[in-house]
Amino acid sequence: MEDAMTQTQPLRSQTARPVPIRPAPSRDQITTPTPKTEAVPERRQLSLNQLFNLPGVATGATLIGTVLLWELVARAFAIPSYLLPAPSAILNSFAAIGFERWLTHIWSTLRVAILGFGLAIAVSVPLAMVMMRSAILSKTLYPLLVIVQSTPVVAIAPIIIVALGAGDLPRIVITTLITFFPLVVSTATGLAATPPELIELSRSLRAPAWREMTQIRLPYAVPYIFSALKISITLAVIGAVVAEFVAAEAGVGYFIQFSTSMFKLPQAWAGLIVLAAMSLTLFQAVLLVQKRLFPWSLPKSNN
Amino acid sequence: MSMIQPPSIRFNALGQVFKTRSGQTEALRDVSFDVAHHEFLAILGPSGCGKSTLLRMIAGLLMPTCGNVEVFGMPVTGPRDDIGIVFQKPTLLPWATVEDNIVFPVRHKTGHVSPRDRERAQELLAMVGLEGFGKRLPDELSGGMQQRVGIARALHMDPDILLMDEPFSALDALTREVMGFDLLRIFAEKPKTVVFITHSVSEAALLADRVLVMSGRPGTVGSEHIVPIRRPRGPESMKDPALLELTANLRDLLMTREAA
Repeated sequence: MEDAMTQTQPLRSQTARPVPIRPAPSRDQITTPTPKTEAVPERRQLSLNQLFNLPGVATGATLIGTVLLWELVARAFAIPSYLLPAPSAILNSFAAIGFERWLTHIWSTLRVAILGFGLAIAVSVPLAMVMMRSAILSKTLYPLLVIVQSTPVVAIAPIIIVALGAGDLPRIVITTLITFFPLVVSTATGLAATPPELIELSRSLRAPAWREMTQIRLPYAVPYIFSALKISITLAVIGAVVAEFVAAEAGVGYFIQFSTSMFKLPQAWAGLIVLAAMSLTLFQAVLLVQKRLFPWSLPKSNN
Repeated sequence: MSMIQPPSIRFNALGQVFKTRSGQTEALRDVSFDVAHHEFLAILGPSGCGKSTLLRMIAGLLMPTCGNVEVFGMPVTGPRDDIGIVFQKPTLLPWATVEDNIVFPVRHKTGHVSPRDRERAQELLAMVGLEGFGKRLPDELSGGMQQRVGIARALHMDPDILLMDEPFSALDALTREVMGFDLLRIFAEKPKTVVFITHSVSEAALLADRVLVMSGRPGTVGSEHIVPIRRPRGPESMKDPALLELTANLRDLLMTREAA
């Protein structure tokens, strides 16, 4: 999300640049009265461009605009709530649920998503390291991984639930299954992307192999690992919801399913928005960890 | 160059054949030469004549198909850590500070870094003209500065032999010249046996005691040339008629080789 934002921003400012032939647009826009009327639209467009270049403004404006338009359309055409409930209706049902009930559902989904995500990291990073070290293991494991990844998780979910019974465990396993593949592939790519000169340096120093892994290859893989983590964290929420669809007695996914079965569509939409917010927050959390712990691993435009 | 010392490096009728997808490629054939103790040897040659392969065999990273390499009178049988390597690209660790990059070989080999190692890193930083840059990240440095860090890293364990594989080829012309003069100063302060691979004729002539010209495919030693000017050398050495004559000769030689 944020990557996309920061990438489009410089583009926007570039397109804005050809417009001002006159000097210092920001200052004279505020202080001096406009001498000619035909100059007004040009200047206004310019200040709008500058406003949109402030961090968060573009996103916020888009969000508010969409919600307003949605509300307007829903009211103007009197769209039935089972088709598309108005934002105000969604908000009302959100408030009606009550804080504690939300907390129970959110915690249930969040717990499974995070534990599944954690398990995926714990499995895939060592797996990628092993595959990196051994060509034979790589050749034997890779097809298996592809098969696991190619099988629709939604289809295996009921089987896993039956096999592992009730509780968090089957749901965590489902989440891990859906999350781990990008992590393995990306980590393995990162471990192999280390400059060959450094590997030669390591060999010439006759350093132990594990130190080559921990001091050279793993840190070099960090940018790759984080690209995969950003994909995986959103997949983790999907995994948790899929598991809840199959069998659960709590969770935001369960809540949505339950609400639709009762035909309470605004309530289901409220759940949907909670899920989206959860996904976004988790994504931002991963980004924050990368910014704090590995600032050097971020692309230049993000610094 | 002392005459009493045995040669630091000796190539004995060395050959190297690589297996490739299209069969076998003979990279080097019957390569024999010595590098004297504390001699600065430059190796010139067309691309793909196996110059870098020679360096990797001195470092023990690659074993010859036939013949052998001796370092300090002993055949090379595996990777050796008493040799410093400077690569074409600086290849610093992007997450580590300049100082941490310089002490990296010690940390990587032994697992810990002593205060003495840090002191030595500071000395080397001053030596390569980067005093006060120890806490910076490689990203914040120019290409030339990064390569200086690469040189400091190679010198940190105080190797007797330094292998340099086109170390300045990624730099702009001016930076390259300045780095050459700095290298002259560094080795005047602390002599080393240096094998320096380059594409630049003037660089080879300015820096080296002796220049080997390789001929390509399979690579072998074409000719050798003693650089006829005295040390210490500096910018004025570039105008020395003897040096100009040598560079002209070398250039002609390379041109005919490339054309052949």
